[in-house]
Amino acid sequence: MDKRLLPGLLILLAWLAACSGHQWNNPYAAEDTEKNILYTVFTERPKHLDPVQSYSSNEIQFTAQIYEPPLQYHYLKRPFVLIPATAEEIPVVKYLDAHGNPVPGDAQPEDIAYSVYEITIKAGIHFQPHPAFARDMQDHWLYHELGRQEMASVRKLADFSQTGTRELMAEDYVYQIKRLAHPKLHSPIYGLMADYIAGLREYADVLKQAEQNRLDEKTFLDLREYPLEGVQVVDRYTYRITIKGKYPQFVYWLAMPFFAPIPWEADRFYSQQGLKQKNITLDWYPVGTGPYMLTENDPNSRMVLEKNPNFHDEYYPVEGMPGDEENGLLVDAGKKLPFIDKIIFTREKESIPRWNKFLQGYYDVSGIGSDSFDQAVQLVGQGEATVTEAMAEQGIRLETAVAASTYYMGFNMLDPVVGGRNERERESARKLRQAISIAVDYEEFISIFANGRGMPAQSPISPGIAGYREGEEGINPVVYDWVNGEPRRKSIQTAKALLAEAGYPDGIDQRTGAPLILYFDVTARSAEDRSRLDWMRKQFQKLNIQLVVRSTDYNRFQDKIRKGNAQIFEWGWNADYPDAENFLFLLYGPQRKVGNSGENAANYHNAEYDRLFEQMKNMEDGPQRQQIIDRMIEILRFDAPWLWGYHPKDYGLYHAWYQNVKPNRISNNNLKYFKIDTALRAQKRAEWNEPVIWPVALILAVLAISFVPAVNAFRRHESSTAVRVASSDTTG
Amino acid sequence: MLSYIIRRIFYAVPILIGVNLITFVLFFVVNTPDDMARMQLGIKYVTPEAIEKWKAERGYDKPLLFNQEAENLDKLTNTIFFEKSVSMFIFDFGKADDGRDIAQEIKSRMLPSLAIALPVFVLGLVVYITFALLMVFFRATYIDFLGVVLCVALMSISSLFYIIVGQFLISKLWHWVPISGYETGLDAAKFLFLPVIIGVISSAGSNIRWYRTIFLEEMNKEYVRTARAKGLSERIVLFRHVLGNALIPILTGAVVVVPLLFLGSLLVESFFGIPGLGSYTIDAINSQDFAIVRAMVFLGSLLYIIGLVLTDISYTLVDPRIRLA
Repeated sequence: MDKRLLPGLLILLAWLAACSGHQWNNPYAAEDTEKNILYTVFTERPKHLDPVQSYSSNEIQFTAQIYEPPLQYHYLKRPFVLIPATAEEIPVVKYLDAHGNPVPGDAQPEDIAYSVYEITIKAGIHFQPHPAFARDMQDHWLYHELGRQEMASVRKLADFSQTGTRELMAEDYVYQIKRLAHPKLHSPIYGLMADYIAGLREYADVLKQAEQNRLDEKTFLDLREYPLEGVQVVDRYTYRITIKGKYPQFVYWLAMPFFAPIPWEADRFYSQQGLKQKNITLDWYPVGTGPYMLTENDPNSRMVLEKNPNFHDEYYPVEGMPGDEENGLLVDAGKKLPFIDKIIFTREKESIPRWNKFLQGYYDVSGIGSDSFDQAVQLVGQGEATVTEAMAEQGIRLETAVAASTYYMGFNMLDPVVGGRNERERESARKLRQAISIAVDYEEFISIFANGRGMPAQSPISPGIAGYREGEEGINPVVYDWVNGEPRRKSIQTAKALLAEAGYPDGIDQRTGAPLILYFDVTARSAEDRSRLDWMRKQFQKLNIQLVVRSTDYNRFQDKIRKGNAQIFEWGWNADYPDAENFLFLLYGPQRKVGNSGENAANYHNAEYDRLFEQMKNMEDGPQRQQIIDRMIEILRFDAPWLWGYHPKDYGLYHAWYQNVKPNRISNNNLKYFKIDTALRAQKRAEWNEPVIWPVALILAVLAISFVPAVNAFRRHESSTAVRVASSDTTG
Repeated sequence: MLSYIIRRIFYAVPILIGVNLITFVLFFVVNTPDDMARMQLGIKYVTPEAIEKWKAERGYDKPLLFNQEAENLDKLTNTIFFEKSVSMFIFDFGKADDGRDIAQEIKSRMLPSLAIALPVFVLGLVVYITFALLMVFFRATYIDFLGVVLCVALMSISSLFYIIVGQFLISKLWHWVPISGYETGLDAAKFLFLPVIIGVISSAGSNIRWYRTIFLEEMNKEYVRTARAKGLSERIVLFRHVLGNALIPILTGAVVVVPLLFLGSLLVESFFGIPGLGSYTIDAINSQDFAIVRAMVFLGSLLYIIGLVLTDISYTLVDPRIRLA
């Protein structure tokens, strides 16, 4: 080795050794190591952060921490219980007849013309600091009418040097409800709410007219100037919402960000054209009263939530469910929320870096992809899932929860084969659907394709939802028997017998003698999906039914469903709120996709079911309602318009330093309850990420060793004769 | 040369219109405006009125290419194609379907894309030329043979493999740099190290072989023999004479890609969490955001045309025999 290289090499090695105490692969600033920050990920960039438009789960994970609707769900109690958030108490609904006279709650639904919710919010709640509230010494708004020069100096919201705040008022809630009908905004629930909130549909027309009458784009459409019949301010802290008819589920909507407050000042501030051109809009820079505020908004890279310094007093729940105390979920009972100072969401589109950074301790929580499932989870005892030894050694724990969702396979009831056109065909189709329900083994499906992360569904209603029944009384008797304390799928012979009764003995159409061929419309087209579709074909093959898979893109698939051109299809539903009505309406006749553009993709219609649904949806929870739900489910199981499929289970991995976690998909404002042991995290990160230096030395040694013969070859080459060089010329 | 450049700019206009038309047709063969509206509005509780409103607001309620009901020239101008295309030629890309200004997004994402693409380009050029020259210097020896074998091996491996192995070895096993992420300023260095190295290595095989071929071709020319006959050492012949003359074909390949560096890399940006234009395009395709897709295709075509013009100009700089007229 060249002796001149030696000092340089020694210096490099000494430097590497000196650095060995620090984590080189730390993606965060070194000074943040022991700070009270939660690190997590988002995969898809949010489209909307305006609570009037935002609906998907990748958006609500931000908005739910920033905006506070009047109600929220109890963090620990199951089934889910509504509790006040900014409201003083859960509103007591009053019912009125068409003349405005009070009627009792148990009156016939046709006698109830209006339901009135009067909501009183707590005094002393303040909005987060925001430039929209900033005023000068003369009490004028600082940033409501920015001049050209001021506008030129602004690139992001943080460029405004002054901020202000003000107290939350009932008017802010009213303002937001009016925004549901704003002609420039697309609220996904406008159509639904226009059917319920008195005067909202007409209000949309008023605003449309007002929008057209605006002088230009610069003129601010101040919704305070346009009253809405069904939503009124009663006093500074009280507002009243009038609902047409009876709609007990409305109270659940009051726990969603759609009904969070928006101050008119924010609307005014963001209405400035110059800010819109710089992507500074309410849709991207929320203004709320919640525990956190968005301080960095780069949906391409990272989003940062920081503790709202104006957040009002709220405390960790003091009671939960049995087992919560043993699981350490009540350690912080009664303590002031939130616990974490800052939450950094980093965008990770790919699963490999996401998973590895979790294992290195740089993300505090992780989902489990199918490629890392075996590395993370093992099944023990009675199929109970737990983390593998390697994960346990790292102190990682697994938390599971059945999601308020359902994945099902639907039959298009308008199809002559699986739905039937006349009474005889309908009877035959029902038996065919029942036979298929038995043959398609969802227990096996969950085990193979969902890594056990699911629960076979007995009806559309998922566990944890009022109306769901456990145990023997909860099983689907068309598909299962109750044997030795657990449901057992009926034999394939039972299915074959039903198939024969349907007119297809051994899968042959009795009338034509042709084999029965059914068509399955899916959006799945990847190689990964192929095995799943093959499995599905085999399930139908058990009955000698040929299943033809028709793969298409999602747009075409939706089009087929809308037009009723699919025969069998698969779909899913995530509940909006924890009520049976939110599942059972998916099979309510007037909600049919074909003709009505509703959510009933199977186009199922049963007069008795529809009548019971109308009765049930207007009832408060209780034994009488449960009785009706039971009957409705009995009808559904008999008619089998869906293969009930399964309810997915959410599996989440959490590091030992991540505490107070009780996962669920219904309440989304949970970040305020979580806690991080930062000292433990720093210690583990250092332990797990010490740089490995020997490869550097090895690479340098290899370079040095190969350098010597290269130099020798160079010297030989330079001193070689011209003839030899010329003779060895080659190309290519 | 000025007249040549002006002529090329005029040539560019029909090319850009053609590219725009092809993008438009391809996009709308797959997605109807109704599909776009549904994608944006979500699948729950979407009413036909909401879809119509969304389309009307964004000008997607008009016919695609030809308006049968309109009069005279309006038959062509009162269409989605015309209205969405004209603004592009004055660089008004409009708003994405989520309401964000596309020009602002492009501006903010250009830098992260460049932060990877530029070092990969510069470092790559230096490394590839150096290795190609070395292989030519040691031509017909075991070093050259091993180099070619290594190049073929490097060419045969997918770039995804380099990314996964690089992340596994460098970041996961040896803990040298973060697996993914991005920061601005000097902090960017630790995030860029791995993607830049991988970017250079993944293209090394083909580029080194190509440059080696170019150099070997030069080596057989008369002036090289003359230089050797003058008694110049092989080192001088190679680095002073061959390298200089081989610059023309190298420039052809290199200069044309310079403007395209702004557009970033789809795969590398995605795996390393770099918020550049590559991932922006992929996101837009996935979310059926036509406004972004057409803006990016337009920008790509424009930059490519600029690259070609720059290549022509660079010829005149490196080869005095070439004149642009």
